Amino acid sequence: MVTTLLEKEIGEQTIQSTVPLQMEHILNVHDLEIFYGEKRAVNGISMDIEKNAVTALIGPSGCGKSTFLRSINRMNDLIPGARAQGEIMYEDLNILSEQINVVALRKEIGMVFQKPNPFPKSIYGNITHALKFSGIKKKSQLDEIVEESLQKAALWDEVKDRLHKSALSLSGGQQQRLCIARTIAMKPTVMLLDEPSSALDPISNAKVEDLIVELKKDYSIIIVTHNMQQASRISDKTAFFLSGDLVEYDATEKIFTNPSVKKTEEYISGRFG
Amino acid sequence: MKSKTADRIATGVFVAIAIIIVSILVGLFSYILVNGFKYISWDFLTTPSSNIRAGGGIRDQLFNSFYILLLTMIIAVPLGVGGGIYMAEYAKPGKLTDTIRSCIEVLASLPSIVIGMFGLLVFVNVTGWGYTILGGALALTVFNLPVIVRVSEDSIRTVPRDLKEASLALGITHWHTIKTVLLPSAFPSILTGIILAAGRVFGEAAALLFTAGLSTPRLDYANWNPFSEQSPLNIFRPAETLAVHIWSVNTQGLIPDVEAVSNGSAAVLVISVLLFNLLARWIGSIITKKITATK
Repeated sequence: MVTTLLEKEIGEQTIQSTVPLQMEHILNVHDLEIFYGEKRAVNGISMDIEKNAVTALIGPSGCGKSTFLRSINRMNDLIPGARAQGEIMYEDLNILSEQINVVALRKEIGMVFQKPNPFPKSIYGNITHALKFSGIKKKSQLDEIVEESLQKAALWDEVKDRLHKSALSLSGGQQQRLCIARTIAMKPTVMLLDEPSSALDPISNAKVEDLIVELKKDYSIIIVTHNMQQASRISDKTAFFLSGDLVEYDATEKIFTNPSVKKTEEYISGRFG
Repeated sequence: MKSKTADRIATGVFVAIAIIIVSILVGLFSYILVNGFKYISWDFLTTPSSNIRAGGGIRDQLFNSFYILLLTMIIAVPLGVGGGIYMAEYAKPGKLTDTIRSCIEVLASLPSIVIGMFGLLVFVNVTGWGYTILGGALALTVFNLPVIVRVSEDSIRTVPRDLKEASLALGITHWHTIKTVLLPSAFPSILTGIILAAGRVFGEAAALLFTAGLSTPRLDYANWNPFSEQSPLNIFRPAETLAVHIWSVNTQGLIPDVEAVSNGSAAVLVISVLLFNLLARWIGSIITKKITATK
């Protein structure tokens, strides 16, 4: 798995981490700095992301949390002028390295976006889109994965009779769960969720939250959220970002009941942000 | 009250503009059809044209028009859509890209007679082919390529960024994302652009005068050997299209029934473009339904 992420066999030595890897962590971030042109959006943060846990990133708009999230599966590569320094270690490899095969990386580190963005295809086609690309062509195998991922995304019962109808006929909440299902179908190890329920009504939101808690059995989840209740309900660890700095990172319970930094307390209690 | 009045005036102005446009269209169509329809008969469509006697048809001209259209589209659509993909997805923003874009715009606004002269120089003289269908099709490609590039680029750019990101985030390569997400979503507007371009090709005369020529050899429709002189499929033969035929009978025709032939041809031209449009849209909507799974 590790070597498939490399563009070439050579050069593995050069991107080895200088810091020993801790096994219970899925990602280790060291001195990560992200720039948009001249502007620095993330100022040298370091944090370890736990395996099979939900990590919430909170903070006011423009604090760098989404930028950080998007750097983990290299989606920032799409933004002209964006560049990152430092290390994000995953399976002994630095994700930010030039030698990483970005396409293979994104299969292992999936992402769900703020606005539900199903493809204008059938429900079935949305899930098989990436599977077919990765070489799974057999109908029976595709059927199986489609059912399995829709089950996991708690959407199967609602859509099993209309798999070949347009995904755009689903409600917003269903569309978002379809987007989650389509990411699950790729069998990632890490799922990045960028405010996945901010565009949804409260009932759909609750369903997505239940789903996230359910998913952490199989995946490591990092979620950006503006909703403090959501962070406290579903996450195990919470990181508070402010102006590109990681202000505080601790167990969610500690952050919400007894934060060590005053700014964190002020933000959580709604005094700014 | 004042803004309400302004609102009413605006509504009135736009309704008036719409009425003007529709009446011009209806007027034009009915003039051409009323004048020309009576001359259209099975005989008119299936007999070859005559240079001196009355009663000539437009069989070869009609065939040539469709054949040149087909050839032009076979060359121009892949190039144009490919260029559009490059401009929308691969070209890095900067001076070079801006220059390419300006060149495309200039090319799009060139008068067709200038392209005809260029075609005469390059596709007729330099190549030594003489007047040929291929030369005509290449001249029309020059004429239409910029339009198709522009339309394709714009159509791909208007596909929501979300969809592209969603596909890339699933570990799909850029090219596969273009092929399976961006192009299908952009397909309806690209198709509209291609139909407009095809309409221009079908009705174009000036660019073809000096490239495909004003004459058609005696054709044998049973001869399907594309290398034979008499074969309609031969791309190295001269070919007068319908639009060129209308121009030539009106300016240098010796036949006594000029009016009948030119009015009839004009009506056939308009009806063909109309049918072609409807057909392309119908096929387009079927394809769109198929890929988007909508009813």
